[in-house]
Amino acid sequence: MFENLSDRLEGVFQKLRGKGKLTKEDVERGLREVRLALLEADVNYRVVKNFVERVRERALGAEVLESLTPAQQLIKIVHEELIRTLGETPAPLDLGGPRPVPLLLVGLQGSGKTTTAAKLALFLRKKGHRPYLVPADVYRPAAIDQLKTLAEKVGVPVYDTQPSENPVDIARKALVEAKAQGRDVVIIDTAGRLHVDEAMMAEAAAIKEAVSPREVLLVADAMTGQDAVNMARSFQEKVGLTGVILTKVEGDARGGAALSIREVTGVPIKFLGTGEKIDALEVFYPDRLASRILGMGDVLTLIEKAQETFDLKKAQEFREKLRRQEFTLEDLREQLRQVRKLGSLQEVFGMLPGIGKKIKQIPFDEKEIVRMEAIINSMTRQERLNPRIINASRKRRIARGSGTTVQDVNRLLKSYEEMRKLLKKARGARGLERLAQRLLRAI
Amino acid sequence: MLKWFRRKFKKKTEETPSAEGTSPETPVQETSSPEPPPPETPSLATPVTESVAPSAEEAAEEKKLWDRFKKGLTKTRERLREGLAELFEVDRLVDQAFLEELEELLITADIGIETVNRLLEPSRRKLLLGEPLKVSELKRSLREEILRMLDLPTPPFPPEASPAVVFFIGVNGVGKTTTLAKVAWHLKERGFSVLAVAADTFRAAAIEQLVTWGERVGFEVIRQAQGADPGAVVYQGLEAAKARGVDVVLVDTAGRLHTKYNLMEELKKMVRVAGKVVPEAPHENILVLDATTGQNAVSQAKLFGQAVRLDSLILTKMDGTAKGGIAITVAHLFRLPIRFVGLGEKMEDLAPFEPRAFVQALMP
Ligand SMILES: Nc1nc2c(ncn2[C@@H]2O[C@H](COP(=O)(O)OP(=O)(O)O)[C@@H](O)[C@H]2O)c(=O)[nH]1
Ligand SMILES: Nc1nc2c(ncn2[C@@H]2O[C@H](COP(=O)(O)OP(=O)(O)O)[C@@H](O)[C@H]2O)c(=O)[nH]1
Ligand SMILES: [Mg+2]
Ligand SMILES: [Mg+2]
Repeated sequence: MFENLSDRLEGVFQKLRGKGKLTKEDVERGLREVRLALLEADVNYRVVKNFVERVRERALGAEVLESLTPAQQLIKIVHEELIRTLGETPAPLDLGGPRPVPLLLVGLQGSGKTTTAAKLALFLRKKGHRPYLVPADVYRPAAIDQLKTLAEKVGVPVYDTQPSENPVDIARKALVEAKAQGRDVVIIDTAGRLHVDEAMMAEAAAIKEAVSPREVLLVADAMTGQDAVNMARSFQEKVGLTGVILTKVEGDARGGAALSIREVTGVPIKFLGTGEKIDALEVFYPDRLASRILGMGDVLTLIEKAQETFDLKKAQEFREKLRRQEFTLEDLREQLRQVRKLGSLQEVFGMLPGIGKKIKQIPFDEKEIVRMEAIINSMTRQERLNPRIINASRKRRIARGSGTTVQDVNRLLKSYEEMRKLLKKARGARGLERLAQRLLRAI
Repeated sequence: MLKWFRRKFKKKTEETPSAEGTSPETPVQETSSPEPPPPETPSLATPVTESVAPSAEEAAEEKKLWDRFKKGLTKTRERLREGLAELFEVDRLVDQAFLEELEELLITADIGIETVNRLLEPSRRKLLLGEPLKVSELKRSLREEILRMLDLPTPPFPPEASPAVVFFIGVNGVGKTTTLAKVAWHLKERGFSVLAVAADTFRAAAIEQLVTWGERVGFEVIRQAQGADPGAVVYQGLEAAKARGVDVVLVDTAGRLHTKYNLMEELKKMVRVAGKVVPEAPHENILVLDATTGQNAVSQAKLFGQAVRLDSLILTKMDGTAKGGIAITVAHLFRLPIRFVGLGEKMEDLAPFEPRAFVQALMP
C-alpha cells in the first residue's frame, strides 16, 4: 500500500526540487498536489483539509521560503505532519493490571477481527505470554468454529463458546475460566457491527462494561474509504477505543484510512495486518509509515526482518556481490532460499527505496519461488554463472529436469534479467548502495 | 425495473402453491414486461413499480424489493440530502464556492476525485467562460451524467444456461459468502433450483459458514475438506449440478487480494475448470464490492478483470453510512452493471440495483 501516494508526492517534489527558491505560488501548487494525492489515497476530505492547512501554515512561514533547500524543507514538513498525525511514537499493547488482562476487538463486518485475534494470540505466545481466545460472535454463521480452528492452529486455548449464549455472559465467564487456567491475556473476538446499529453498539459497550478490557482495539480495513471517519468516530464515542489495528495493508490500498481514523479517534495505530496467514502481523511504527508514504522506503522494517531470518554470512556475501554488480543465477537461487524464509519476495523488495514499485510489477510469489528454485537447480553450474549460453535445447532439458515448461524457464530468465537491470539501476541511482551499507551496519 | 431479474415458473409442487404459475405443466422462463419510458423528473415518491409486472403477486414482490432498496439507502440519502438540500436550496447562480462544496459532497461519497472532476468539468468551464449557470440546471445535468454512467446493458440474471454457473469473486471480507446465500434465497423465491460450491477451502470455517447458510436457505453445498484444491471442488460441484439438473450453480470463492499473483492464478484455474465441465461456464463472474471501500475498488476491478472476465458487480453493506460512490466509478470505467446491493446480514437483505433510485438517493 501507500506506493501510489508516495509516487505522487515524489512527483510533486521532483518538480519542486528543480527550483532554487519557493514562491508562495510554488507552495500552493505543491499543496494542491498533496491534497489531491491524499484524497486519492482515501484520506477523508475534512482530514485532508486540516492536514493541508497545517502544512501550509508552516510552509508559508519563514521556514521554507528562506531556507536554502526549500523543496527538502517542504518534504520535511509533510513528513513531520504525517508522523504527527499518525502518532509520534510506537504504542505497544498495554498489558498492565491484574491478570488475566482482557483485550477486546471490535469493528465492522469482515474487517478481520477473528483473524487478527488469532494473530495477536500467536504474537503474544511467541513473546512468552499465555493468551486465551474467546469467540464472542454468536451471529455470523460458523464464526465460533472459525476462531476455534485458528486457536488450534496457533496453539492457544479457546473458550468453548456455545452459540446460544449471550456475548456479555460469554466474555464474563471466559474471563473466569481464563483465570482458573492461569492464562495471562484474554483476547475477545466480537461480531462485526455497523456503527449505526444502535443495539449492536450497545452490546459492544456492554461487553466492555462487563470485563473492563485493558485495550479496546478497533480492527479496520486498510481499503476503507471516506466513511472511515464516521465509523471510527462512532466506535470511539459509543464504545471507547484505546487503539487501532489496520488490516489487509499488504495489498495496493493507499491506506489513507489510517490517517483519517487516527485523526478522528486520537488513539494510536498499534499493529498492521499484512496477510491472511496467522503470522502476518506487524508492530506499527508511525515514522516508518510516514517514510513509506513519502517514498523513502521502509528500510528499517526490512533490516529488522532481515536480522530475524537472514543468514548473516550469506547476506554479507550478497551485499558484496551487489556492490560489485555480480548477480548471477546462483546468487538469485541463494536469495530465493533466504527469501522463502522471509515471506514473499515482493514484500521484501517492496521495502527497498526506489525499486519497490517496479519490482512489484514482476510477478513473484511463493509457489513461483519454489518453481524458480527448481528451475535453477536443473541448470548446470556453468549455465547458472553464464545464462547467455542457455539455448533452446538447454531450455528444454532444464524444463524437463525441473518439471516445468520452456515458458517457465523463459519467464525465470526474463525475471532474472529484469531484476539484474533494476538492481543495477537502483544502485546507480542511489538507494541500494546506501541500503547495503545500512544493512551492514545494522546486522 | 428488474427487467433482467428472471423468474422461473415452477411445476406444481407441494411447497409452491399453484397460484403464481401461469402454465403449471411446463416450466416457462419469462421476464417481466418492458419498462415504460422513464418519466421526465423521476421522484422517489413514485417508484418504478409502475413497470407492469406479470401478476399482482409479483408486482407486490417487486414492490417489496423496491421498498427494501429504498429503505436500505435511507441513510445514504439522508446524509447526502442534508448536504445537497442545503446546497440546492435556493436556485441561485453557481459560483466557485458552490462548486467546491459540491466537490466535497461527491468526494465524501467515495466517487473518486477523477470522476468528480469529470462530472464538474462542464460546469467549471461554463463558469470560466462567464456563462451563467443555475443551481437547478447543474443539479439536473449532474443527475443525468451519473445516470449515463450507470446506463449499462444488463443481461438477464441468472444467465440463460443450464446449469447457469455464477462465480462470486472479490477481496477478503467483502461479503461474498453471505451474498451468495442471499442470491440463492432470491433465486429460490423466483422458482430456480440452486446448488452452491464451497470453493473457499482456505479460510478457517469458510465451508461451515456456507453449509450453515445452505441449511438456513435450503440449498445443497458441494464441499471438500479444508485445504483441498479449489479447482477440484469446482469440478466436483459442476459435475454434481449437471447430474442433479439444477438451474443455477453458485460458486463461493476465497477472498483474495487482487495483487497476489498466485491467488489470481488459482482463480483463473477455477474458471478454466468450470469451462471444461459446463460449456461456456462460468456464465457470470460477479465482483463483490464492499460499499465502505474507497478508491481501491478501482484497482480491484482492474486486476480481477485482467485475471478473469468480469460481468457484473454486487455492492454490499449499503445499510451503513458509506455511500458506495466508488461503485459508480467502477461500473462506468469497466462497464459492469450493478446487479444487487446488500442491505444487511439476513438472507432477505438483498435488493436488485436500480440506477434511477440510486441516483435519486444521491441527488434529491
Ligand atoms: N489479505 C489479508 N486478508 C486478511 C487480513 N486480515 C484478515 N484477512 C481476511 O479478511 C477476511 C475477513 O476476516 P475475518 O477475520 O473473518 O473478519 P471479521 O469478520 O472481522 O472477523 C478473511 O478472508 C481473512 O482471511 C490481512 O491482513 N490481509
Ligand atoms: N451490514 C452488512 N453486513 C454484511 C453484508 N454482507 C455481508 N456482511 C457481513 O460481512 C461479513 C463478511 O461476510 P462474508 O460473506 O463472510 O465475506 P467473504 O469473506 O467475502 O465471504 C460477515 O460478518 C457478513 O455478515 C451487508 O450487506 N451488510
Ligand atoms: Mg469474525
Ligand atoms: Mg467467504
